[in-house]
Amino acid sequence: MSQQAVTANRLRDGQVVYLAANNGWSDRLADAAVADDADAAKALLATAEGDVDRRVVVGPYLFDVAVETGAVRPLGQRETIRASGPSIQPDTGDRAVRR
Amino acid sequence: MYRYDEFDHGFVRQRVAQFRGQVARRLDGALTEDEFKPLRLMNGLYLQLHAYMLRVAIPYGTLSARQMRRLADIARRYDKGFGHFTTRQNIQYNWIRLEDAPDILADLADVEMHAIQTSGNCIRNVTADQFAGVAADEIEDPRVYAEIIRQWSTLHPEFSFLPRKFKIAITGAPRDRAAVRAHDIGLRMHWNADGEAGFEIMVGGGLGRTPVIGKTIRAFLPKQDLLSYLEAILRVYNQLGRRDNIHKARIKILVNQVGAETFADMVEAEWREIRGGALDLPADEIARIESYFAPPDYERLDAASPAFEAQRRSDPAFAQWVRSNVVAHKRPGYAIANISLKPAGGVPGDASAEQMEVVADLAERYGFGEIRVAHEQNLVLPDVRLSDLHALWQELRTAGLATANIGLLTDIIACPGLDYCNLANARSIPIAQRIGQRFDDLARLHDIGRLTLNISGCINACAHHHVGNIGILGVNKKGVEYYQVTLGGNADENAALGDLVGPAFSGEEIADAVETIVDTYLEQRDRGEQFLDTYRRVGLQPFKEKLYAAH
Repeated sequence: MSQQAVTANRLRDGQVVYLAANNGWSDRLADAAVADDADAAKALLATAEGDVDRRVVVGPYLFDVAVETGAVRPLGQRETIRASGPSIQPDTGDRAVRR
Repeated sequence: MYRYDEFDHGFVRQRVAQFRGQVARRLDGALTEDEFKPLRLMNGLYLQLHAYMLRVAIPYGTLSARQMRRLADIARRYDKGFGHFTTRQNIQYNWIRLEDAPDILADLADVEMHAIQTSGNCIRNVTADQFAGVAADEIEDPRVYAEIIRQWSTLHPEFSFLPRKFKIAITGAPRDRAAVRAHDIGLRMHWNADGEAGFEIMVGGGLGRTPVIGKTIRAFLPKQDLLSYLEAILRVYNQLGRRDNIHKARIKILVNQVGAETFADMVEAEWREIRGGALDLPADEIARIESYFAPPDYERLDAASPAFEAQRRSDPAFAQWVRSNVVAHKRPGYAIANISLKPAGGVPGDASAEQMEVVADLAERYGFGEIRVAHEQNLVLPDVRLSDLHALWQELRTAGLATANIGLLTDIIACPGLDYCNLANARSIPIAQRIGQRFDDLARLHDIGRLTLNISGCINACAHHHVGNIGILGVNKKGVEYYQVTLGGNADENAALGDLVGPAFSGEEIADAVETIVDTYLEQRDRGEQFLDTYRRVGLQPFKEKLYAAH
């Protein structure tokens, strides 16, 4: 099985977030806690579910990652786009990130 | 334009207040996500890949300049400075915070707008011909009936929890610009033998997983019977539509299952029970709604404008824009000007806040302050004097809004795809951009002629790929994006589904594949033919041979 991390959307603003090693949530994939086996993955998801009840995030789930030279990289296209934003070239107006 | 009465104002304000309370209860924990989700969806608020997405209704695609300015303001204040016009004539904002959503709805309510009927298993926002009220070929303004349907359907207690969502489209002209046969119900106005205007009723059209062209169940329905007949259709569907399987829940599955004739019989039987009752549309009520759509104060103008003709002769770029983007108006001396939201390499349907403001400003200076949204994800200024077209075009060009490609290959319909959408399997926008850049030569585009190209990022077909002359469907094969191609689809009054050409292409190959299709067409076409004519004559085979020659 590949390594896994947990992602969700933050309740208040919908921002993509990752469950970090300190059990907090980060908007940077680099901070994501990575599970090496199924038990660790299950534990991460259980922690995340607790934060659904605490109204921090919605819809947490596990996704596959690879850790290469210390950097976490999503394995699928969908999670790559969630992590780095739309892949499209900006073309209209001022798209300064408002965060 | 339709103006809210006190009832409408009060109702929308009430909805905003309710939603504000619901959001507060969600944030303080009184509502769980499962409880809250249907409530936010009833207010057009989805959770997508990167953030919440707010879909705002633009009933029958008609906007005032004041409303467009408010849409721009929302894009700037609450989003990242742009919005995305959709194939349902709505606008979507991609980067919305839940906390801001009640304020946004309140801002919309100030200008008689809302997000009602943009989600959920209800009768959705009714779509119409974007040239309604001004098209030279029109019988009657379909927005009158779209508005009547809106008033009947909004929060209709019996039809708020249908088996699945329900989409109605209406055209008042013989030329179908609203893709009515791709809708759950399509309405086409025409005259009967007595010279009376009424509707042809089509049901069971739809794209998605099971694409179906709608079938006519009644050739002619008098106008006063419109609501009772629609109610009869909805009742039959509400009772018999499948609620056990989401993929079989649309009305098209029911119509296919029982057959259009039997379905028509069931509707007629139900209709006999309710016809001539409370839903009857009296002529004075139709006239009352018609008065909201009364033509503006047109000037008496000559049919031809010598100044316009001279500008067209002396300025080839302007002449090119007129050829593709300007359409005949029903009043002499006026024209309909289409504003393409498809610049070469751009994101189909996206407009920046600045562009929205420019369009609002131009609508006031060169029209009567009205703007339309086309289901092809473009904008329309419906009432421009011929003599003003050149000045308008110059101002559009300054704003990057004068691409002369309406109805041509790069006027691509594309859904948000995997760059934004939770349902998508593959990206649409980068493919549209790649094809747009490949064909970034207006002379070549105009030579290629009328050709629609639609790209959906999943089987739900938001971008109507089945009815594009060239249809592209993104699929995910073992984690990699691939693109299936169909040819020969058509969305107008001769609606047809495209034929699958063969194995899918990778994202790297797809622009080449489109070019091969176009080259094959150009080799095969006879004088005067458009792509669809050639395709119907030669069929799939020549395209197949060229596309897969190297395989």
